[in-house]
Amino acid sequence: MNTKDVDIKDFRQYMLELHGQGMDFLREIVGMDWEEQGLGAIYILENSNTHECAEVCVKTTNRTKPQLPTVSDIWKIAELYEREVYDFFGIEFNGHPDMRRLFLRNDWVGHPLRKNYDPSEAINPIRLESEQEEDLIREYEVREDKQLAEIVEKQKILHYDQYIVNIGPQHPATHGVLRFRLSVEGEVVRKIDIKCGYIHRGIEKLCESKTYPQTLAFTDRLDYLSAHQNRHALCMCIEKAMGIEVTERVQYIRTIMDELQRIDSHLLMFSCMAMDMGAITSFIYGFREREKVLDIMEEVTGGRLIQNYNIIGGVQADITPGFAEKVKAFCNEQKKKLNEYYDVFVNNIIFRTRSIGVGVLSKEDAISFGATGGTGRASGWACDVRKRHPYAMYDKVDFKEIVHTDGDCYTRLLVRLEEILESIRIIEQLIDSIPEGEFRTKTKPVIRVPEGRYYTAVEGSRGEFGVFIESNGDKMPYRMKFRPMGIPLIAAAQKIMKGGKIADLITIGASLDYVIPDIDR
Amino acid sequence: MFDFTNITTTIDSYLQSVLPHSLATLVECALIALCVIVAYLVFAIIMIYMERKVCAAFQCRLGPTRVGKWGLLQVFADVFKMLIKEIIEIKNSDKALYNLAPFLVIMSSMITFSCLPFDKGLQVLDFNIGVFFIMAASSFGILGILLGGWSSNNKFSMIGAMRSGGQMISYELSMGLSLLALVVLSGSMQISDIVETQTQGWFIFRGHIPAFIAFIIYLIAGNAETNRAPFDLPEAESELTSGFHTEYSGMGFGFFYVAEFMNLFIIAGIASTIFLGGWAPLYIPGLDRFNEVMAYIPGFVWFLGKTFFIIWLLMWIRWTFPRLRIDQVLVLEWKYLVPIGLLNLLIMTICVVMGWTF
Repeated sequence: MNTKDVDIKDFRQYMLELHGQGMDFLREIVGMDWEEQGLGAIYILENSNTHECAEVCVKTTNRTKPQLPTVSDIWKIAELYEREVYDFFGIEFNGHPDMRRLFLRNDWVGHPLRKNYDPSEAINPIRLESEQEEDLIREYEVREDKQLAEIVEKQKILHYDQYIVNIGPQHPATHGVLRFRLSVEGEVVRKIDIKCGYIHRGIEKLCESKTYPQTLAFTDRLDYLSAHQNRHALCMCIEKAMGIEVTERVQYIRTIMDELQRIDSHLLMFSCMAMDMGAITSFIYGFREREKVLDIMEEVTGGRLIQNYNIIGGVQADITPGFAEKVKAFCNEQKKKLNEYYDVFVNNIIFRTRSIGVGVLSKEDAISFGATGGTGRASGWACDVRKRHPYAMYDKVDFKEIVHTDGDCYTRLLVRLEEILESIRIIEQLIDSIPEGEFRTKTKPVIRVPEGRYYTAVEGSRGEFGVFIESNGDKMPYRMKFRPMGIPLIAAAQKIMKGGKIADLITIGASLDYVIPDIDR
Repeated sequence: MFDFTNITTTIDSYLQSVLPHSLATLVECALIALCVIVAYLVFAIIMIYMERKVCAAFQCRLGPTRVGKWGLLQVFADVFKMLIKEIIEIKNSDKALYNLAPFLVIMSSMITFSCLPFDKGLQVLDFNIGVFFIMAASSFGILGILLGGWSSNNKFSMIGAMRSGGQMISYELSMGLSLLALVVLSGSMQISDIVETQTQGWFIFRGHIPAFIAFIIYLIAGNAETNRAPFDLPEAESELTSGFHTEYSGMGFGFFYVAEFMNLFIIAGIASTIFLGGWAPLYIPGLDRFNEVMAYIPGFVWFLGKTFFIIWLLMWIRWTFPRLRIDQVLVLEWKYLVPIGLLNLLIMTICVVMGWTF
């Protein structure tokens, strides 16, 4: 990865220029702590048409009150990414409209991903009282002497005289512990404030004290519905950095397992969408087939949800003898079962009226929010990493990238259902010709990744999953960052849920298909 | 056809002979109340078991199989579980209204239940404005739902209660209109009269097109009245967790639950009484032998058969359809069902006046 260091003074101008050149997709902001060299952030950008990438690095040496210019007005997703950086590194972004912590409590002391962070319990004891809601934003203005001054008056996000309803953290339709604070007028949602971090486990911080093979165990626990793809991304990133070649057999197995995982995830998405909209029978239908995918996975990997299958240089164990037959049988059956889903749920008049035209995300917004995966493709943005930056076997198989243009909830479901068919096509092309060979390349027990920065992305079940590694040649990563698939989705949700009904909010949430452990890493 | 009034008059005259008049009436009231409550519970148990099994069948499952033979004791286990649950006191809730609400719901449902004619003479409440009485009694259950949602001091409950208020009051209208159309056809509001007339042919056949339209409207509105999918917005477990009864635990929740099931039974019972002839056997003019055979089947078998058929129909709908949104529910009612209902009433009146009925 060739990062371009930019001075903090020219930074905003440079970013504006890059955006003007067509770099309209902000893949990731990685907050960094280089100790004595200062704090900073790395911005990974991509041109959504030509798929050129650019990496920009900006630093500030002020450790007591680090400040960087915001880019949240250029790329909409930067708003949440910058909040995350602020939360973990304490870097304040000037001009950011809503500079609050994203994951941690308001009364948390310190910024945990800084290298000199003190985790002792004396500083942050286990607090038993409820968190006070901080509906306030700090704002700055330029004083006459060109210095920044904090404005005393603070602005409220949700006002106390509004009718505020909490959807979550414990709520059946948020699919985990996500919390929406809604200001509602009758049934209509006027304002949304999204609160994350209820199951944040600090995986990125943990990775910094683990050797590379040990870090693999965490990836399955991010988005558990794209466990294979997550781990694939991390293994691939390390393999690329080390220059390890994996055998063709491994590539085949990885691709097939990735696609099975995608089918699993999309089936669950269909089922949960049906359940969120009250059609419980359809939910059971989807789970009936998902069970078969899980059975196949269990046979190969030993796990159903957390599979720990990919390892650096290959896979944990070879595929079982009857694998190909079982997968083929499943694929044949699944193609028929898909019609059942259309009959019982997708073509149902109630579902159609509730989802067509609801929660429309435009293509521009999808790119600006970086909402990849089925959500982006439903909005007309061809954002499939398998096509943009092919990896594993994806440049050798023939499959269609499903792109629709309506961008509403109905289309988002259609994209998923059609992608199941495409995944089946990919599997069918590969399953009969898995070449013989080693299922793992021998690697040293202690892996030292050469110094440098590496970023690799794969197409997860619900968007681009990226792994960023900064290594200083040690056996442990200096910084490891996972690009979440969920944060862009909830950022987009915040926009498209506004003005809808409470029931629409549930539909939109289900159609975006976010998974919380992926947001709260 | 066997007339149950023989039995009741025998009991009545016996009691009157051994007891003074006022005491006899009191004893009769108590007996009848006991019968109603027992019947109510028995049907509730049957309904809950049926719901579990029917839902399982639609979802390719088996349903309860472990507790008792074929899971027959499952419902009792459920009730037992509910009874031993802690009753949670909600801080800052309106205690009196909070505790009153489930009773209002179950009371309304019991009163309506006692209007159902199970067989000839086997009916508790029967007087000349029976249909009106049913409408009135069934609609005060909404009061309990509103109060429950209001007094729980919970925003989900509140939204659920407001939704149910909007929905149930609206659908009462088209339910009333479709029943009125049939009252026009029968020329009486007394339930026993209505059924008696149908021994000469069920109204759904005699009233042909307008009666059929009224039947469909009634089923839709009735489904909405019982708060069941696709009209389960007041509960909407994926939106409002449980809507108006979120904060209820133990038997407080149990009452809402039982009342919901029994309302389904009542809605189906009224539909079978008014449209499908209640206990009246299938009658086809001209086929005398056939009618004789049909008349051998006891009335309550006819009534329950028709009722459970409609219940099964509604369960099918409930387990297949997704939920509507509140604005769609109201649009369906005010833009479609009410105008169609009014027009249908007019058509029915014209048909009756011109004698275009069978």
